[in-house]
Amino acid sequence: MYEILNNIFGNQAVAWIIAAALPLFVFILPFALFAVWLERKVSAHMQDRLGPMRVGWHGVLQTIADILKLIQKEDIIPAEADKKLFNLAPILVFAGSYAAFAAIPFSSKYIGSNAEVGIFYIIAVSSFVVAGILMGGWASNNKYALLGAMRSAAQIVSYEIPSAIVILTMVMLTGTLSLDKFSQIQTAYFWNWFILGGPGDGLTKFLLIPFMIIGFTILYISTLAEVNRTPFDIPEAESELVAGYHTEYSGMKFAMFFLAEYGNMFAVSAVITLLFFGGYQSPFGYLGNSFNIPWLVPIEQVFWFTFKGIIFVFVQMWLRWTLPRLRVDQLMHVCWKFLIPYSFVNLIIVGIITLFR
Amino acid sequence: MSLYDIIFYLFAAITILSGFIVVTSKNIVYSAFSLLFTFFGVAGIYVLLGADFIAIVQILVYVGGILILLLFGVMLTNKITNVDIRTGTIHVLPGAVAVGVLMGLLLSAMVWTEWKTQPSETPVTTTVTLGRLLITDYILIFELLGILLLIALIGAASIARREQE
Repeated sequence: MYEILNNIFGNQAVAWIIAAALPLFVFILPFALFAVWLERKVSAHMQDRLGPMRVGWHGVLQTIADILKLIQKEDIIPAEADKKLFNLAPILVFAGSYAAFAAIPFSSKYIGSNAEVGIFYIIAVSSFVVAGILMGGWASNNKYALLGAMRSAAQIVSYEIPSAIVILTMVMLTGTLSLDKFSQIQTAYFWNWFILGGPGDGLTKFLLIPFMIIGFTILYISTLAEVNRTPFDIPEAESELVAGYHTEYSGMKFAMFFLAEYGNMFAVSAVITLLFFGGYQSPFGYLGNSFNIPWLVPIEQVFWFTFKGIIFVFVQMWLRWTLPRLRVDQLMHVCWKFLIPYSFVNLIIVGIITLFR
Repeated sequence: MSLYDIIFYLFAAITILSGFIVVTSKNIVYSAFSLLFTFFGVAGIYVLLGADFIAIVQILVYVGGILILLLFGVMLTNKITNVDIRTGTIHVLPGAVAVGVLMGLLLSAMVWTEWKTQPSETPVTTTVTLGRLLITDYILIFELLGILLLIALIGAASIARREQE
């Protein structure tokens, strides 16, 4: 992909910038539109309703109609708000959440930036989202917004620790930080995925399986908290805080927070897919390889990658409409007293097993 | 001027401008948020120098850790307790002299040093090399820093606990 762009523009830097910006336009915006619709349909069917049905087949065009409406809305800035920071906050959150996509490989042929530090970069740029949330909450000059922002930041910063430790475990096992290499290692059959002990055979593969499942569970729970989804959605708890840090936002700025949230949901699902579920690799080998059509393989990889990602997004929605939310103290209790110690023990055990591989 | 030069000047401008706001702004929250862009600009310059790992650590530690902590402190003290944190200009003359001398020293060092130059090459990833150096040549410093951070952590926890009693 990058080579093609480099040939077209004849300039490395331009090709890099375009390659890194591409997923935003061809994938993330359509995905966010689809995910908002999916969330409404999933919630509706779980509550024995139909959900949006009017616009298009089973309401598939509902989100486009909503976005059109949001663009037309008056942009309200509260009189007592800090205008500059109020306007900057949604941009910062949006940029921070979409910057993560630059390091995610959608197939073996397409990755925005094939930097060697991929997964580490994703952990780092998510901190811009925290800063943006704090900025939005503070600039709104609203007690609910400030409380929501404080809760959100505390939650994301705390839950970054267990997820970083699980990611460290996987980095230790594979010896690379590049997400593309993570996918390459887990070759195209599902028994080579890290959730099933990774490639190779022998005793260590089977010894790894339970610890991989523990690692996956810890990572899934903590990423759920990092993207503020139920049962960890106390920053936006409607019954206590109106809408949390984006209470005062309206129109397109609200839509930016909203799109960033759905972008984040896919980003964390993609990280889980890449670390434990084979990344862009197909579970059963490739049609392109069996029928000797080489150009079909990357297309299949994009399909499998988005398919696996959307499955995890669906599970996030499923949990949201099933579980009640935790209290603030319970949230911190889960993180500091369970997830962090367990992830450390898991790190040590996987480290010992890695020694004997 | 190649595109890389433009990118360099862009990041340099971000760093300097936001750094200027950090020290001159009357509003302490503005200062704290400008610091975000200063760190971001410095990280961008690290990337241009081929230090990918350092750049990411810069963002992770400074933006993700220190800045967030700073913002918590500023927000919880500034708006809620209404304590005015003064950012004013005092001692203009001694300050100007000190800055002038420091600037002159740095500039003279920059101009008169015979810098070692070598042709630019494609930067390679530094993670593996850094990791090896940290656990072989610099293991003692690494461990000492770890102990230092642990002591700071225990100290912070004990101070927080004492106030509660």
